[in-house]
Amino acid sequence: MNMDLLIPIIITLVGASTPILLAALGELVVEKSGVLNLGVEGMMLIGAVVAFAVTFSTGNHWLAIVCAALAAMASSMIFAFLTLTLSASQVATGLALTIFGTGFSALFGQAYTGKPIIIFDSMFPDELENHPTFRVFFDHSPLVYFSLFMVFAVWWFLNKTRSGLILRAVGENDFSAHSIGYSVVKVRYAAVAFGGAMAGIAGSCFPLLLTPQWAEKLTAGRGWIALALVVFAAWKPFRLLAGAYLFGLVMTIELYTKASGSMGLLPSEFWAALPYLATIIVLVLISLRRSGNSAAPACLGKPFMPGQ
Amino acid sequence: MTILTRRTALKLGAAGMMLPLVSSLVNAQEGPLKIGFVNVGPKDDNGWTFGHWVGAQALEEEFGDQIEITFVESVPEGPDCERVLRELAQQGNKIIFATSFGFGDYTIKVAKEFPDVIFEHATGYQRSENVGTYNARFHEGRAVMGTLAGHLSKTNNIGYIGSFPIPEVVMGINAFTLAARKINPEITVNVVWLSSWHDPAKEADAARALIDQGADIIVQHTDGPAALQVAEERGIIGGFGQGADMSAFAPKSHLSAIIDVWAPHYIQVVKDVMAGTWVSDDSWPGIAAGEVVIGPYNEKIPADVVAAAEAVKNGIVDGSINPFTGPIVDNTGTERVPAGEVIDDAGLWAMDWYVEGVKA
Amino acid sequence: MQIRLEKRLEPSKAMLYLTPIGAVLVTAIVGMIVFSLIGYDGIGAVREIFLTPILNPLKWQDLAVKSAPLIIIAVGLSIGYRANVWNIGAEGQYVVGALFGTAVALVTRDMSGPWILPLMIVSGMIGGMLWASVPALLKTRLQVNEILTSLMLTYVAIQILNYVVIGPWKDPMGFGFPQTRMFTDSQLLPRFIPGTTVHWGVPIAAIVALLVWFLMSRSVFGFQIKVVGAAPSAARYGGFSVNKTIWLALLCSGGLAGLAGVLEATGPFGRLIQSFPTNYGFTAIIVAFLGRLHPIGIVFAGLAMAICVVGGEVAQTTIKLPVAAVGIFQAMMLFFLLASDVLVRYRLRVVSRGDVEVAR
Repeated sequence: MNMDLLIPIIITLVGASTPILLAALGELVVEKSGVLNLGVEGMMLIGAVVAFAVTFSTGNHWLAIVCAALAAMASSMIFAFLTLTLSASQVATGLALTIFGTGFSALFGQAYTGKPIIIFDSMFPDELENHPTFRVFFDHSPLVYFSLFMVFAVWWFLNKTRSGLILRAVGENDFSAHSIGYSVVKVRYAAVAFGGAMAGIAGSCFPLLLTPQWAEKLTAGRGWIALALVVFAAWKPFRLLAGAYLFGLVMTIELYTKASGSMGLLPSEFWAALPYLATIIVLVLISLRRSGNSAAPACLGKPFMPGQ
Repeated sequence: MTILTRRTALKLGAAGMMLPLVSSLVNAQEGPLKIGFVNVGPKDDNGWTFGHWVGAQALEEEFGDQIEITFVESVPEGPDCERVLRELAQQGNKIIFATSFGFGDYTIKVAKEFPDVIFEHATGYQRSENVGTYNARFHEGRAVMGTLAGHLSKTNNIGYIGSFPIPEVVMGINAFTLAARKINPEITVNVVWLSSWHDPAKEADAARALIDQGADIIVQHTDGPAALQVAEERGIIGGFGQGADMSAFAPKSHLSAIIDVWAPHYIQVVKDVMAGTWVSDDSWPGIAAGEVVIGPYNEKIPADVVAAAEAVKNGIVDGSINPFTGPIVDNTGTERVPAGEVIDDAGLWAMDWYVEGVKA
Repeated sequence: MQIRLEKRLEPSKAMLYLTPIGAVLVTAIVGMIVFSLIGYDGIGAVREIFLTPILNPLKWQDLAVKSAPLIIIAVGLSIGYRANVWNIGAEGQYVVGALFGTAVALVTRDMSGPWILPLMIVSGMIGGMLWASVPALLKTRLQVNEILTSLMLTYVAIQILNYVVIGPWKDPMGFGFPQTRMFTDSQLLPRFIPGTTVHWGVPIAAIVALLVWFLMSRSVFGFQIKVVGAAPSAARYGGFSVNKTIWLALLCSGGLAGLAGVLEATGPFGRLIQSFPTNYGFTAIIVAFLGRLHPIGIVFAGLAMAICVVGGEVAQTTIKLPVAAVGIFQAMMLFFLLASDVLVRYRLRVVSRGDVEVAR
């Protein structure tokens, strides 16, 4: 493999990482508020099929992204109602949401298989987009720049705003937050809605950015990688960005190695398992460094039941 | 016919359920001949299962009210398919087509319980009294595509995307490469294995990786148009439709396609069953029988190249060309087939090596 | 106006039994309306999905076979969940159980004897325990969240499975398909009722449920689990070690998931294939909650889930309902069942705004 390949590899890996990054950013906010939504894969599929359908019908990519976000957000509200209002198990409800998303997208998508759409390509002038070196900055879909902006936005929101502080407080100690007068349930509703919208936009990356078609189970398990990524990044937005590109690099470099006609260094199953192994290792490292604190939001996955 | 419902009872722990025997045969009814299809994917997969769906529709056109078709989609390979096969047999289906390799063990198992139902297993090798197998010589189509690629490639670098190195896929790679190198011995074929039957985003990224490293023609042996769409987007010479005509996805890059046409086989089986002349055997026809059809050629392909491809196609049809005619040297330099000899069917099914020019 | 939840002093017994029935009824009614509105046979769908599997004796064996692994895994998980130990990686432990069992099978393939199958089963359980001991170790030593580690390890286990069936364990006679060789007669789980598909996993599931029921309600172990779950600090005063409970809970759930894996591999599958993981481990989490973490409740929840799956297949073959629609039905039932759970623990009260203000 030679250096000329560096730029194409970067462009491919950024594309491959973007849906994972977007979904993980959403889930990060959800988990920071103390909620674990395992339905990311299902919400992504809903986003993917809606984005395809809207693009196919209107040709408007922006509208497609908005609709994908809204549809996935609507599905996340099922989760929110069950877990936050009715305090059902978050784990079980999240899994049920994935079953729902898989079924819904397959049924809704039946009308759209075997049909092509136009990819949501870079919007810069051709000179920049095709420049041998600078295309590394410009040859990306608007979704890529949106994901980078959202990394910053989420970081700013969580660390620099009052609302972000409240959200973190709700995730770290829901009873204290409740006792000083914040509505734990309302904050968590908002977080889950945001997570749903981001998962929907992440799903829209599949037909709009990666492969302009609709097929059942188009996301092929990326939602679970996004869940791993949140933990891998220790719930920090900028680490999430680095982690997403690292995961993307692992996925991409293997394909490039094989495509160069050389054998992979290790079996491809090893590379597929690596993000999950790395996540476990990161969890261990975090706990070793500050003993007794796993960096996970303290209330993660636990239902909030005042008056108990 | 008698109804063979025997019953046996058992007390099952706390539940205490009654469980009847499986082998109760449903009485043959007057009415249309019921035909079932069990498929591993959805009928809209743009590839394998879609081909069988088209075949099933051809049956309906041919026989009309005489038959009634049930087409079951997305059945996992494993015990779940055993249940679906049994369900279809219990519903009174008299012919059941199991269209994926992984259904084999279970087809044999269920067929034993329903001796009066005829089972046909696609791409399999296990047969019994009421289980036949069928497949199509897709590698003949690969030889035609290889001929096109041999003429058209300018970088002499062809990318090939495969799922798993099973003989069916290996045969295709080898037939393609042999045909391409017959035209242009400089050609090399780089294979990327995905270890997955269905991950369109990964297929697309594999195509990007191949094109970035100089491939100007991409071949895929996975369902769906992901690789073709990347070819179109990047403006390379092109690729081929797999299983179906996919030119709608890539009008400029869709050079041609290998189209699966199961209709001739399905119609023959139904006719044989209706006439009572069906016997279990292995059916493996190719282009000559119309089971493998070469799609329309892209208008950008020069006429002489089309003529060369047609010549290979016609040679295969009249028997003057066998894609696997020696001398064949494998990619380690060992001679596998001496000059003038061909690989027999058993040799094809055992193929686990690659011809010279393949990097896999 | 606003709906408010008021905690009941004691979980309502009536609601415990009424809500599941209510949830299924609501699913049936909503499903009927929704599917009729979008152009499917809504009434037929409800009939085939919910009633046919119960009314047609031919389907009972399928319900038993499909629910057995779900019940075994879910009962194991419920032990942990009672102790607030959240193992959600049962799918991985299930796969590793099958891997360990298959390892024994490959070593003993030239041997025979009645000891082989028990050895496989025991090693399967050990495999599941080993896989669950990683989260246990990390949780007890480093306070690492077991939800996350057990989930991550599931995907590692699936990749190990992929690796062995594509690589070292691939059946040399299997035409390159990603699967191991068939298990021999001494390695296959015998049928519990000859002539049906009901294998020994079914009575084992019933025994496991009864055993755990007894253990949880009558033994110190069960008491310890419940105390640690309900009041960890009280447990410490009472001399119960929280760490020991975490270990016990994870080893029990992992061992049982491993047991389900090896039973499924040696029973319905008969060999290890790439599509072996069919989400039993994840579905069992839902089953555990639907069964309200009670072993007998879980038996019924497992059967309900099996009815949905088997009925879904019936609906596909009889009224040609697409498989995607079946998935939506299942998800709807889960949503309603999870929602109805609240009525067991809480009273719903409609209050006006004024009351809420006063309450604050």
